[in-house]
Amino acid sequence: MSIAAVLFILGGTFFFATGVIGILRFPDFFSRMHATGKGDTLGIMLMLTGLSLYNLGSDFSLAGILVSIKLMLIGVFWLLANPTATHALMRAAFDSGLMPWTKDGRPVLEWPPK
Amino acid sequence: MENFFLAISLILVLLILFSLCRGIFGPTVFDRIIGVGFAGSKALSILVLVGFIYKRIDMFVDISLAYSFLFFISTLVFAKYFQKKGAT
Repeated sequence: MSIAAVLFILGGTFFFATGVIGILRFPDFFSRMHATGKGDTLGIMLMLTGLSLYNLGSDFSLAGILVSIKLMLIGVFWLLANPTATHALMRAAFDSGLMPWTKDGRPVLEWPPK
Repeated sequence: MENFFLAISLILVLLILFSLCRGIFGPTVFDRIIGVGFAGSKALSILVLVGFIYKRIDMFVDISLAYSFLFFISTLVFAKYFQKKGAT
C-alpha cells in the first residue's frame, strides 16, 4: 500500500512540474491555459489518490475511512471544477479580444465576423 | 514517511514560486489569474501533506476542502469581472 502511495504522489508531482514548465515556456495565454488546465487536474487527482491510499494503509478504522472518502471527494470536486474554471476564463479572454498566437503573426480567424 | 512528505512539500513550494513569477510578470491580466490559480491548487496539496506531517489529517482535510471551494468561486468571479472589451 505504501509503495503504491509513493508512486502516485511522485506521479502527481511530475504532472505539477510539467504544468509549471508549460506556464513558464509557452508563448501566449491560450497555450499556457492548455498546459495548466490538464496538468493541474491530473496532478491533483493522482496526489489525492496516493494520499488517501496511504491514509487507508496507516489507520484502517471508521475515522480513517471517512478521511479517505473526504480526500477522494476533494479530487472528484476538483475534476469537475477545474475544467469549468478553465473554460470560463478562456471564454472571458476570447470575448475581451485576445487572439491565439501564430508563428507568422497573422490571426487565425476573422473576429468579430462581418 | 514524514521525510518523504516534507521533501514533496518543499518541491511544491519551489513550483509555487515559479508559477508566481508568471503571476507577477504576466503580460495580460489573464496570465496573472492563471499564475495565481495554479499556485492555489498546489497550496491545496501542501495543506493535505502538512496534515499528514503533523498527524492532524482529520482537521486539515476540512480546511483543504473549504479552500478548494473558495478557489473555484474566486476563479469564476475573476473571469466574470474581467470580461469586457479591450481589458487586456
